[in-house]
Amino acid sequence: MAVGLTLIFGVMRVVNFAHGDMMVWGMYLAFLLATRAGVDPYLSFVVCAAALFGLGVVVQRGLVDRIVDAPHEMQILLMLGVALVLENLALLAFGPEPARVRSPLVRLTWELGPLYVDVARLVTFAVAILLTLALWLFLFRTELGRLIRASADNHYGALVIGVDVRRIYATAFGVGAACVGAAGALVSPILPFQPVTGLSLSVTSFNIVIIGGMGSLVGAFIGGLLVSVAESLGAVFLTPSLKELFSFSLLILILLFRPAGLFGKRVP
Amino acid sequence: MTPLLAVSGLSKRFGGVQAVKDLSFTVGEGEIVALIGPNGAGKTTAFALLSGFLAADAGEVRFRGRDLRGLPPHEVNALGMARTFQIMRPFPRLSVVRNVMIATLGRHSRPPEAERRARAVLDELGLGAKAEAPAGSLTLAERKRLELARALGTEPVLLLLDEVMSGLTEAETGRIVELVRAVNRRGVAVLLIEHVMRAVMSLAQRIVVLNYGERIAEGRPEAVANDPRVIEAYLGDEEVTSAPA
Amino acid sequence: MKALAAGVAVAVLLALPAVLSGYALTIFILIFFYAYLAQAWNILGGYAGQLSAGHAAFVGIGGYTSALLFERGVTPWIGMFVGAALAAALGAVIGYLGFRFGLRGFYFVLLTVAFAEVCRILASNIEAVGGAIGLYITFTGDPRQFQFRDQRAYYYIALAFMLLATGVVALLERRRLGIYLTAIREDETACEALGVDTFKYKMLAMVVSSFLTGLAGTFYAFQNFSLQPGAVFGIPFSVEIIIRAIIGGAGTLPGPILGSFILTPLAELSRQYFGQSGLHGAHLVVYGALLVAVVLFLPQGAYPFLRRLLRRRAA
Repeated sequence: MAVGLTLIFGVMRVVNFAHGDMMVWGMYLAFLLATRAGVDPYLSFVVCAAALFGLGVVVQRGLVDRIVDAPHEMQILLMLGVALVLENLALLAFGPEPARVRSPLVRLTWELGPLYVDVARLVTFAVAILLTLALWLFLFRTELGRLIRASADNHYGALVIGVDVRRIYATAFGVGAACVGAAGALVSPILPFQPVTGLSLSVTSFNIVIIGGMGSLVGAFIGGLLVSVAESLGAVFLTPSLKELFSFSLLILILLFRPAGLFGKRVP
Repeated sequence: MTPLLAVSGLSKRFGGVQAVKDLSFTVGEGEIVALIGPNGAGKTTAFALLSGFLAADAGEVRFRGRDLRGLPPHEVNALGMARTFQIMRPFPRLSVVRNVMIATLGRHSRPPEAERRARAVLDELGLGAKAEAPAGSLTLAERKRLELARALGTEPVLLLLDEVMSGLTEAETGRIVELVRAVNRRGVAVLLIEHVMRAVMSLAQRIVVLNYGERIAEGRPEAVANDPRVIEAYLGDEEVTSAPA
Repeated sequence: MKALAAGVAVAVLLALPAVLSGYALTIFILIFFYAYLAQAWNILGGYAGQLSAGHAAFVGIGGYTSALLFERGVTPWIGMFVGAALAAALGAVIGYLGFRFGLRGFYFVLLTVAFAEVCRILASNIEAVGGAIGLYITFTGDPRQFQFRDQRAYYYIALAFMLLATGVVALLERRRLGIYLTAIREDETACEALGVDTFKYKMLAMVVSSFLTGLAGTFYAFQNFSLQPGAVFGIPFSVEIIIRAIIGGAGTLPGPILGSFILTPLAELSRQYFGQSGLHGAHLVVYGALLVAVVLFLPQGAYPFLRRLLRRRAA
């Protein structure tokens, strides 16, 4: 069932160290909305997505945009800085203890023949698939989506044909962040979380994105499936801390043997 | 006597495109050979195969009697073959003299000596006054000369020049032609890819013509220029205008 | 001129303990310690341009090795070098994998993070090395065991460390290796074409950098008398190292020292201030913001900026 949520964050194409931390913020937003306003996370994920969209646009416009022509390592350092700020702001705001959002759905199970299905997980999975589908439609069936893909393919080419690349990038970053925010809200009832969760979420998503190929939608999809199967298998046989070890080892192996992913373009 | 460079049956395929197909030619000691052909004919790919940046699917490259198969670029360079890049690759934040020192340090491991050699090369190429400027601040013509200076800094016996004259004014081109000739007089063989036909005609002792990765003609400049297959290959191509009649 | 300034600075630092209070002394020890680490990182991350976000792992390996050897009766003066050798070995493994498989930029960063995290998790889970609680070192106060009652001893050792690393880097700058590294940072393909064995020189940078970093592990262990896996192997510790080099000016000789002189006192003060009010993580927020600000406004760091300022005033 972890598949559903992992599908979403594989989609974001910007190399983003703050990825997991953005997701944690999505979780905490859902947590706030649930505890302060009594909104169920299965409804509030829309709000979380919108909020994270805003954060994404701000980060892109205010920070990343200023250094698009700088060496690659500057972008890495920049995102590292953003990740530090986000993670530790969460730590300041919410403290180090694990949190979990309650939703009435969590206690429900459906009996499907011989199987018991957790309703919360089923809903998460369904919404995740719907969101992925919506994203796919957005990227492949709308004009804006086509422009995003074009700009990602060829920055200068897009500039030449008169695309406002800055706006496109901001949108892309925003949409990516929104997906992460929605994902965070959706899993908040299932998965207990704390500020430091950000890193392991980032690692999981890197696993997925790299195995699937940077920037490939289909790749992210399949990568999500593979990694979650591998991690679930790992979880069955290993203790939690060794599971962490497992996912980092997986990252090392994936890095070494698939630097361009299953469906990505070869890195030059 | 074995030639300095002997290429036989060289082939490389990228996906569905046969970039270089069964290519064979030689370059003798001290010779100047030009590799010409329409855009996309596989010239730059051939350079990458020779200099170790790409591994060939088939074929053999022998340089000074040694098989170059499997050698990484820096070892090919150490054997005495230096290349330039069509899209120049200076170290932009390093000074011009540092740029050339990266080349001269290979044969002179002590920095002061390497620097002396680097300055000598720069003086020869008329870049001496720019030695302390960061390479990123040079003009196009200066960057072309820096590219040449770095290749020369490795003290090669064979120089591979990938379009060191394209985009230059006539006067600048003439200067490079003179420089290449001077280098050649010291016994350095040259293999050049060039679109500027006037330069090719005046420099090359022999021309190899590529089209779709294959050699379609080879010979002395006048003979090649009048070869009907060459004229056909260039027909419709922009280069036809600059090709001599 | 430069040599004179450096000489005066060293003389002042040598004389300082005579007038410093205990707390100020501690701050200076930390400044030297982090300057040393940032300088060691600088070889790989600054000069060679291979960003490592896992340098904490080398400190951890170095510290754990000498602490464990100390428990078995080996003096840390020897353990220090064994630990550094092991750190260099790990560095060689990471370097070999990363460079052979052609991991660049972001991918290399991820690889170093992954290795550091694997080390952290292993150290936290293996009971023989103390597990999650870590290792504690019994205090003997015996200088032959790298233990000192007088903080001034640590001060001078840390200062010596910093000068050692700076000396190594100064030497590198004049040698072929250092000159090659700056070119590798700019364009590896062009280096290869000019006959530079980029793999070999990147490996050298990695090994030297991880060896020096590993040495510092022993200092850390025998100054704090304890080692916790989360603290020595964790990403925040790697960030402490990187951020000093970046802020001071990566790829320059004085950069890491300047960075440490700027950041360490700030970090200590904010840690004290925020720590007392229970605001854990606040100093990391500040670090993150600083990192962002430096990338945006001073991408080459403080030292090149200062140098330009001084030149302009002189002119």
